[in-house]
Amino acid sequence: MTSATAVQAKPRKRFKITKRVFAYLYVLFMVLFVVLPLVMILVNAFLDDGGNLTVENFKTFFTEESSLIILGNSLFVGVVTTAICLLIGYPVAYKLSRMSSGKILVLFFILPMGINFLIRTLATKAIFIAMDVTLGMGTVLFGMVYNYLPFMILPLHTSLSSIDKSYIEAAQDLGADRSTVFLKTVLPLSVGGIMSGITMVFIPTISTFAISQLLSNGKIFLFGDSIQTKFDQGLYGVGSIMSLVMLAFVLISNFLMNRIGKNNNVGVGRSLW
Amino acid sequence: MVKKLGDILGKAYIFVILAILYAPIILIIVYSFSGSSNFNFDNGFTFEAYASIFTSEKSPALWSAIENTLLIAVIAAVVSTVMGTFAAIGIYSMGRRSRRVVENVNQFPIINSEIVMAVSLMIFFVTFAFPEGYLRLIIAHIAFCTPYVVLSIMPKLESMDPNVYEAALDLGANPFRALTRVMFPMITPGIVSGFILAFVISIDDFIITQINKGAATGINTLSTYIYSDARVQGLEPFWYAVFSIIFVVVLAALLTVNLWKIRKQKAKEKEVGVQ
Repeated sequence: MTSATAVQAKPRKRFKITKRVFAYLYVLFMVLFVVLPLVMILVNAFLDDGGNLTVENFKTFFTEESSLIILGNSLFVGVVTTAICLLIGYPVAYKLSRMSSGKILVLFFILPMGINFLIRTLATKAIFIAMDVTLGMGTVLFGMVYNYLPFMILPLHTSLSSIDKSYIEAAQDLGADRSTVFLKTVLPLSVGGIMSGITMVFIPTISTFAISQLLSNGKIFLFGDSIQTKFDQGLYGVGSIMSLVMLAFVLISNFLMNRIGKNNNVGVGRSLW
Repeated sequence: MVKKLGDILGKAYIFVILAILYAPIILIIVYSFSGSSNFNFDNGFTFEAYASIFTSEKSPALWSAIENTLLIAVIAAVVSTVMGTFAAIGIYSMGRRSRRVVENVNQFPIINSEIVMAVSLMIFFVTFAFPEGYLRLIIAHIAFCTPYVVLSIMPKLESMDPNVYEAALDLGANPFRALTRVMFPMITPGIVSGFILAFVISIDDFIITQINKGAATGINTLSTYIYSDARVQGLEPFWYAVFSIIFVVVLAALLTVNLWKIRKQKAKEKEVGVQ
């Protein structure tokens, strides 16, 4: 009996090892094509044209007026877009979470995300041109809100509709009026959704490429656009610095998100399929 | 009374926002039948724009872009599904420490902004002199698709009863048979949704393709072709027709998939309720 189990246990153990091997190809692939390229960005950020170590790129980026304007523009567009999305999106998500047909209706809010952002942006641009609207900051902001509003509504809706109704009833029973119920019960319970909505709008807004360019006729460049331009012009050093700054934004926001809650943000647009 | 009014206002608000969200899409579809790009029906109702998909001097470029899009998407989706499936099984049976490391690396392409991933790959390809063209694009697409495949298979592995697999071994199946006959069937839903996801993400990509396609090769996918053409000249009627088709196809597909999901979920809830 004991020898029989021993015989059986052995191949099983061996298989445990071979199963792990299944991931090795993928790990190798990821190290080669995801980790190594990022390391190269890091290295390039500290190299000059001749390949010598330098911090000149940093200085150039943080002192050059044009790159500071881009940084300022990006932060401005990012903050304003996020704020507008939150202001428009919260009431929508709140109302949807209290409607019996909310589950179906929210679908209609996120469906447009399935369409490539470039196509949606060009469609809005065509309409702006037909309406004789001057392309500039206003149209860029509209385009950003139009593109990223669903990214705000979905996490908000998820967190608002998962609030236990008995909390709200308890607050009402204890004598809170409607605004108090909202401010003291609903709002605090939806902070997780608000935070993930904010990051999911802010980061893509500042890093996106082409939207601001197209909707301002090339007048307004954001971070994403200028990273691309820098690399296009062969300015790898400065481009790498900008990528690092962008990466810092991504990592900080991701860290904050993990802190606040285990919101599994696999990208809202992707969850549609 | 006040409550009812608030209710009506709330609903009206929702429909106003929805209307704004869909206005550009509907306007493009409506005016795709005008044969002009000025948002008027001066030429009357016509299918000219749709005909020009086949007859315009741009149609060869458009069709080759569509071909490239599908070719890259199919290759990337197949490779990343195979690699991702094995990777998920491997990660699942790793020790806790190494598993966390690999899962974090897997998360990276998902949280990272596309533009950073795009330029980092470009530096890499340029430095190591990868041949410009399809090879770069396919590698890049596999790199951002596979993590999603892994993510859609992992939960299936987690929820799988490990005893079933062990039982197969106990009943005399060799590990290979246990894998193909027992493990794979149990995680098939995850593999299928991973494949679909990879395919869709690959088609949808613009930023990473645009930056890694190389100017000299002349390779375009649908999105990069749209960008290169429409950026310069604005939208011709031709594009109204193409966009309208994309709108209808994508929205119909998404609506079907998601309504089906909701119905399945409801049926499940009912089942649990009955029990």
